[in-house]
Amino acid sequence: MHIRLKVWRQENTDSAGKLESYELKEVNEDMSFLEMLDVLNEQLMRQGIRPVEFDHDCREGICGQCGVMINGRPHGPLKNTTTCQLHMRSFHDGEEIYIEPFRATAFPVKCDLKVDRSSFDRIIQSGGFVSVNTGQAPEANTTRITSPLAEAAFDAAACIGCGACVAVCKNSSAALFTSAKITHMALLPQGKEQSQDRVLHMVNQMDEEGFGHCTNTEACEVECPQEISVLHIARMNWEFNKAHLLRK
Amino acid sequence: MTQTTLTRKIWMALTGLFLCFFLVIHLLGNLQLLLPGETSQLQFNAYSHLLSGNILIKIVSWVLYASIIAHVIYAIIITVANTRARQQQYHYDRRGSVSKWYSRNMGLLGTIIFIFLVIHFRDFWYVYKFGQLPLDAQGNKDLYTLVTEVYSQTWYVGVYVLCMVALCYHLLHGFFSAARTLGAYHPKYVRWIKVLGWVYSVGICAGFAFIPVYVHFLK
Repeated sequence: MHIRLKVWRQENTDSAGKLESYELKEVNEDMSFLEMLDVLNEQLMRQGIRPVEFDHDCREGICGQCGVMINGRPHGPLKNTTTCQLHMRSFHDGEEIYIEPFRATAFPVKCDLKVDRSSFDRIIQSGGFVSVNTGQAPEANTTRITSPLAEAAFDAAACIGCGACVAVCKNSSAALFTSAKITHMALLPQGKEQSQDRVLHMVNQMDEEGFGHCTNTEACEVECPQEISVLHIARMNWEFNKAHLLRK
Repeated sequence: MTQTTLTRKIWMALTGLFLCFFLVIHLLGNLQLLLPGETSQLQFNAYSHLLSGNILIKIVSWVLYASIIAHVIYAIIITVANTRARQQQYHYDRRGSVSKWYSRNMGLLGTIIFIFLVIHFRDFWYVYKFGQLPLDAQGNKDLYTLVTEVYSQTWYVGVYVLCMVALCYHLLHGFFSAARTLGAYHPKYVRWIKVLGWVYSVGICAGFAFIPVYVHFLK
């Protein structure tokens, strides 16, 4: 198939970027979207043009590294799919495809389609941990966790931190990401102990990074590759309200 | 309270829910306009008089004014912060296809409601409180006649009904969003709240829109 691309090109964070047009004459419809970008980069290098920079790692949909806006939607036209799991068969012959980086003040563009998502790391560092003394492994049955609870915690822990929730949110809110991390730990007995401090610190850090307010449009859940439920946001609000009221 | 994104949203939710509660009381009072002829006039005027003389109602009315003002101010603060959270816009944007239009346009719907409120306050609240109104047979200020006169204008009723449609969409998202902000996360109650929100929003707005239409055509 033949496709036309409009790709965001930007030298570095401080430079102004713009959309550049490229054309690919022979694209196999079974290629993944990232493979198509590889083909584009090979073509650009042959022409002596700097290749397009984009993030990727596992290309199996589990690492959360890849992620770009494709035709105005994070990770492209499919719901709950990462960019690497999107294939060219989702596009038609002759289609014009717009590729832009995820945009948010807290996600500055580093180069072309690559954004700096270290704001997510700092949110995790502010409270996404459990403080326990190390030593001998405890007896497994002393801390009992039922299977449904473990599954619920794992559903929240499944967030891969790709940033699609922020990219799709009209307010650039990181509520879905932050709430998934908070819920994951608040559900488990090991994490419950610190849940009050955790939610206050992580929400504070989320605000300091410059993310917006969650207005419950629920767009994030639709685009999330891991189908993280928006109810985690309500859970975060519950934990936050409780912590705020009970804080000494 | 230190101002985080979440505490600002809590204030939006609490003030919004108070306004939701007020709308129920307001609608119940207005339903007296549907009573037949003379009874309607005397009872509606007596009810208005009762409200304006009661200290408890006075306190509630101050909470009401404060809620409206706080809701507007927080809406502005939140909108400004959200705009700052994304300085560079997408050149090609199809994000709207994955969320409801009214959930993304609460500010616009709210502005329509605010303009409506200004007109509403000017036409009824201001005239009743500070204007000169004739008295009815029982010696109460005749708000009833003022209301029926205003509702006899077709364009006014049209604008009124349109504003109620805007209010309905604002409530549809607002009611459910407020519950989420306050932390309703249990899947069962979340479903109930959604249904309750629909029934509430449609019921309130249909009720408010029906009264001027009824008065216009049948009084």
